[in-house]
Amino acid sequence: MAFETPKVNYSGTIREITLGTGPKAVTVGGSTSYPFHLFEGTMPHPPRIAMEVLDHRPEDWPEAAIAPFAEVLDNPAAWAKKNVDEYGADMIALQMASIDPNGLNRSAREAADVAKKVIAAVDVPVILWGVANHEKDTEVLRILAEECEGKNLALGPIEEGDYKQIGAGALAYKHVAVASSPIDVNLAKQLNILLGNLGVPADKILVDPTTGPLGYGLEYTYSVMERDRMAALTQEDEKLQYPLICNVGSEVWKTKEAKIAAADDPKLGDAKERGILLESITAMSLLISGADILIMRHPESVKLIRKMIKNLME
Amino acid sequence: MGMTGIEIYKLLPQTNCGDCGVPTCLAFAMKLAAGQAELAKCPHVSETSREKLDSASAPPVMPVSIGAFKTGGETVLFRHEKTFVNPTGIAVLVTDAMPDADVDSRLKAFADLRYDRVGMLLAADLVAVKSTGGDAAVFGNLVAKVSGAVDAGLILMSDSADVLAAGLAHAADRKPLLYAATKANADAVAKLALDSKCPVAVKGANMDEVIELTQKLSGMGIKEIVIDSGSRSMKKAFEDQIAIRRAAIKSAFRPLGYPTIAFPCEMADNFMEETLIASTMVAKYAGIVVLSDLRGEGLFPLLVQRMNIFTDPQRPMATEQGIYPINNPDENAPVMVTTNFSLTYFIVSGEIEGSRVPAWLLVMDCEGLSVLTAWAAGKFVGDAIGAFVKKSGITDKIKHRSIVIPGYSAAISGDLEEQLPDWKITIGPREAAHIPAFLKQYQA
Repeated sequence: MAFETPKVNYSGTIREITLGTGPKAVTVGGSTSYPFHLFEGTMPHPPRIAMEVLDHRPEDWPEAAIAPFAEVLDNPAAWAKKNVDEYGADMIALQMASIDPNGLNRSAREAADVAKKVIAAVDVPVILWGVANHEKDTEVLRILAEECEGKNLALGPIEEGDYKQIGAGALAYKHVAVASSPIDVNLAKQLNILLGNLGVPADKILVDPTTGPLGYGLEYTYSVMERDRMAALTQEDEKLQYPLICNVGSEVWKTKEAKIAAADDPKLGDAKERGILLESITAMSLLISGADILIMRHPESVKLIRKMIKNLME
Repeated sequence: MGMTGIEIYKLLPQTNCGDCGVPTCLAFAMKLAAGQAELAKCPHVSETSREKLDSASAPPVMPVSIGAFKTGGETVLFRHEKTFVNPTGIAVLVTDAMPDADVDSRLKAFADLRYDRVGMLLAADLVAVKSTGGDAAVFGNLVAKVSGAVDAGLILMSDSADVLAAGLAHAADRKPLLYAATKANADAVAKLALDSKCPVAVKGANMDEVIELTQKLSGMGIKEIVIDSGSRSMKKAFEDQIAIRRAAIKSAFRPLGYPTIAFPCEMADNFMEETLIASTMVAKYAGIVVLSDLRGEGLFPLLVQRMNIFTDPQRPMATEQGIYPINNPDENAPVMVTTNFSLTYFIVSGEIEGSRVPAWLLVMDCEGLSVLTAWAAGKFVGDAIGAFVKKSGITDKIKHRSIVIPGYSAAISGDLEEQLPDWKITIGPREAAHIPAFLKQYQA
């Protein structure tokens, strides 16, 4: 008798969520099994990558992360366009780090104007990412939600402390809400319920489980995502059946190991390839634990991960 | 495992002699069922009972030793259920077709690329020595060279039992893994494994062939087996790993109850892709991954990922309590205090290092909790920190009496002032990312 793989009984499906509009709109989700378990389920929309753009010139990025964007670092719109035209980005994630009150503390109006230029420069979906400061994120994302009505942007991170304000903006102007919770299945579920109660439709929610990069909490994110998919797919937990989005690039590239020069610690090898592998191993681990969207920085990491997704699908 | 206390009790002598250290046989049976006692403690159990109990209590994935390296012994599918047992072995491949310089550079990398992290040593575990030409003498020499050069677990690779025997002659005491018994050579390789008491890998063209081979070998009395499902496409290899682990754990299917070996070195176009395939196999169940080369930029991230995946999901990682000098601080350098949650320590020390400002970092044992959690649990509070600072010995290293506490623990500054009356307490930033800016304007 031929061997048969013991199968899991799935009872749930991840919801399909669409970002952006027009021919370049991206749909994620729809999985009926654990990630890439194609022998017992389907993944109608393989995971996608959003390439990162910073809304001001980066100050503390290592050389390897700067080099691919050298001539556009001062121009977020050109940077976004380069990511799409040259590096084939499916989506853009704009990191609005300039609004951080502990950093540049740019005004909401000013930051929103930069973001609008980025949104206008590309025809792919745009994810707007704040700094997890409730007042500031609310201020900026409210302006952008209203002034970019109909663009079907993704707005995040939306936390328990600001879900009413930002969630209302997403609801009123038909954008997607990125519900962000601190590495905990129950808190993720609770926030999804709160957004639902607010009236945000079920096909307008993405879940950010909070990303711990390699060496700095990756295992927590990994396991929370596995538990999340388990609850969504095998326990019919409807309030967890949303696609998962992971903010990989900025979390990885700020770690010490991504910044050390090869000369300072020769055992860590080539600095550029090390940075790319730190980013892509983090991404790879999160892919097999359930990520539907990965926000990534380095074009080489993006290329590698695209190839791995293809390998696992075909 | 799998048997209840009552079922086990029926197989025990039921004399309540107490020789096992537990007053009654029933109590001992309960302890066995809970995995809290070993059957060997009972000197009176009959041979037939012992066999039944042994096979019932064998872990679903058989443990296998290759020299000092251990693999297998896994009991769950997901790491949140229970800690994974034996971290995936990282092996580097050397072959008799490689120029000497390539072999030497791999052996040197194996010996040199060791990393200390959270008090753990991270390093590759095994060297796979492969015969490509089938020349027994050449292979023997290569094995002799490798086993003389590095203190690694060894994997001997050849299709021919004679070639494997020639290699084994130079490394028998290392108990290498013999790779591989196939449909064509199973009898000869199995005999070699039995005679030398070495673990053996099976390689099948598909899962059915693998099952046939493990059944044949275990029928011959071989216990330590490693499985190569033969797949070299990432998709199929991933599926095979899941199929094998599920069959072992969910279905208690003995013929697949063994650790696996995967070959990213045969599955990728380049080093970067190979490393990513290896990372997939580390997360999803490979017992051993064989790499074409060891380079710091790939090995280090892979070892850290392995550590992440195989840590205890219940217990936070902790750093040792103590004084950590960063950027060569002197007696005027600022003093900062934080908790000993590893991630907290890594991020805080990383930011201080990045600021290039010399400083003393006091890491206080809070049972591996982060600042906020430790504060909420009453461990990172004024009197505890005060006592810690006093006995830490930091006052022997500095002239000033100033200390910076994390922004999130601002509430304790009053209590801490009472404990450290001669000290100036400063509230630092909430987020570690803001430490460099803070340090640049701070004067101790």
